[in-house]
Amino acid sequence: MERRRLHLVLTLALIAVLFLALWWADTHLGEFPLRVARTGAIYVVAAVAYNLVNGITGQFSLGPNGFMALGGYTTALLILPLQQKQFVWFLEPLMWPFNSFSFPGYLFGLAVLLGGVMGALGALLVGIPSFRLRGDYLAIATFGFGEIIFVLANNLIPLTNGPLGMKGIPEYANVYWCFGAAVVATLVVSNIANSSYGRAMKAIRDDEIAAEAMGVNVFRTKMLAFVTSGFFGGVAGGLLVSLITTISPTLFTFGMTFNLLIIIVLGGLGSITGSVITGFGFALMSELLRVVEAPINIGPIHIPGVPGMRMVVFSVLLILLMIFYRRGLFGQFELSWDWVLSVLRVTRGVREWKRERKTESS
Amino acid sequence: MTLETFIQQLMNGISLGSLYALIAIGYTMVYGILRLINFAHSDIFMVGAYFAFFLVAIFRLPWGVSAILAIILTALVGMIVDRAAYRPVRNAPRISALITAVGVSFFLENLGLVTVGARPKAFQRPDIMARVIPIGPAAVSGVSIWVPILSLALLALLLFIVYRTKVGMAMRSVSTDIETTRLMGVDVDRVISYTFAIGSALAAAGGIMWACKYPQINPLMGIYPGWKAFTAAVVGGIGNITGAMLGGFLIGLVEIMTVAVLPGLSGYRDGIIFTLLLVFLLLRPTGILGEPLKEKV
Repeated sequence: MERRRLHLVLTLALIAVLFLALWWADTHLGEFPLRVARTGAIYVVAAVAYNLVNGITGQFSLGPNGFMALGGYTTALLILPLQQKQFVWFLEPLMWPFNSFSFPGYLFGLAVLLGGVMGALGALLVGIPSFRLRGDYLAIATFGFGEIIFVLANNLIPLTNGPLGMKGIPEYANVYWCFGAAVVATLVVSNIANSSYGRAMKAIRDDEIAAEAMGVNVFRTKMLAFVTSGFFGGVAGGLLVSLITTISPTLFTFGMTFNLLIIIVLGGLGSITGSVITGFGFALMSELLRVVEAPINIGPIHIPGVPGMRMVVFSVLLILLMIFYRRGLFGQFELSWDWVLSVLRVTRGVREWKRERKTESS
Repeated sequence: MTLETFIQQLMNGISLGSLYALIAIGYTMVYGILRLINFAHSDIFMVGAYFAFFLVAIFRLPWGVSAILAIILTALVGMIVDRAAYRPVRNAPRISALITAVGVSFFLENLGLVTVGARPKAFQRPDIMARVIPIGPAAVSGVSIWVPILSLALLALLLFIVYRTKVGMAMRSVSTDIETTRLMGVDVDRVISYTFAIGSALAAAGGIMWACKYPQINPLMGIYPGWKAFTAAVVGGIGNITGAMLGGFLIGLVEIMTVAVLPGLSGYRDGIIFTLLLVFLLLRPTGILGEPLKEKV
């Protein structure tokens, strides 16, 4: 009990330090680094939740893009100002009730939350047919779901404005919202992973039949993981559209899922802290890797820039990771307070031991 | 609907369905043996179409020769993919193999985008495919006639290989029990390699005929046909070759007929197929011909 309280205090202290750092960054850093940081935080929200399904429960989902789309469209419809709504839907009018109201800035949190609820409902809808079966049907069903959402987004013009999408979405998603969501997602998912539900999930990952024989309700446990991930997927989608201020069906294609897949594989399937670190790493890396798409001049040799080269690099990276470095950076290891404290204690112990030896020899 | 348009749409649906059947077989064979969803299969299909395109447009080979060469080359690509990407993860957890497959799929698509560019290319189809043939009151394009005939011939050839040759026997044996087959002295890796070659060859044939039917090709052309073919494999009962053929024809007909009967839904045609998939998973997950999966503990 004592140790748990210590961990709680340490976690709260870390969050306080993080938000102080954010306050400093918000006032001192330029627009670009903040934008990369916010994108990274949104990736963390989606990736941590995705890892709960793929890494911890061991079910291969390809769904996050669909859930993010649901959340994104929900949030966008709620927060787009009325004037902008009239301006955007010029072919066909926007359907009721969305044409009669718009959330003010202080209700942004509610809009994002409702986006998350829509994501969770979507997950419920896909989860029920796919989890009745064992095996890889989830991958197909979730992919199909993403495509259905894409088709709907393209065709339901009174609701989504079709391929044109919406623009002028207010940019409420500042660093505090993005990092706040990342902190909440990380805490919720890691608490689930460390609870008895989480142990049931890991049991399913390691051996589904054995878990079932031990009395784990396989269907309900998988659904819990999947719906949680749908919820945070929706939240991430809502934050993302407010960050980039536009939305269109192509924003949430399979490429989004692919990015998240790289993040969780690189961080280690089943390691939540791994996903947090690689989530930020990926946001940074995709900016840095723009170099490979830009034209390069080495003395007289001119290499023209090839757009799309980044994705080739990422897909090769994914294949190589799977073949040679399957565990990712962290494997299933978690950065925990226990581990941090033990490292500190060990190093202190070693230092004292060395000092003692020095005094003995002299 | 008049009889005329009905015949046209029926032929259209059958030819589309036969293409789905050709692709679905590659999915179902690999799944039957390795329990792996080969996400890259849809891109192998695209690679086949591009090989044919380049052989015709750049090397100026006669049509039949370049189609056969393209099929052989694509079969090689399939074997290389298996050797380079799938064999190293064969003993890894299933999820690793699936992720590798997604990676290979993305790699082929983006390599295509980088090397040949995203702009669609006009595919030169042979005259025989473009000619319009009258059937009763309807005028049906040559593609709709020739594609089902060629596909059925290829499917017959496949059934012959699987059920009447030694390699086919080895394939069926591997899909029943890999370990026992290995103990019987069969080179399992080689059999799997052949499976990939056959599946890829059929996908290439499908890709070339697809390009004859819809004569514009681009590096992302495989995604939708691939997933619909996978749906066909699931609907027919995954792992079952005859089921995949049946599912392919069914999906093709459903797709064409819904749009023909309800033109207002044409924007939703992809959505309809995936909804059908979810419905099938809910009501009859083993598909039309599939047997209930038995799991050994």
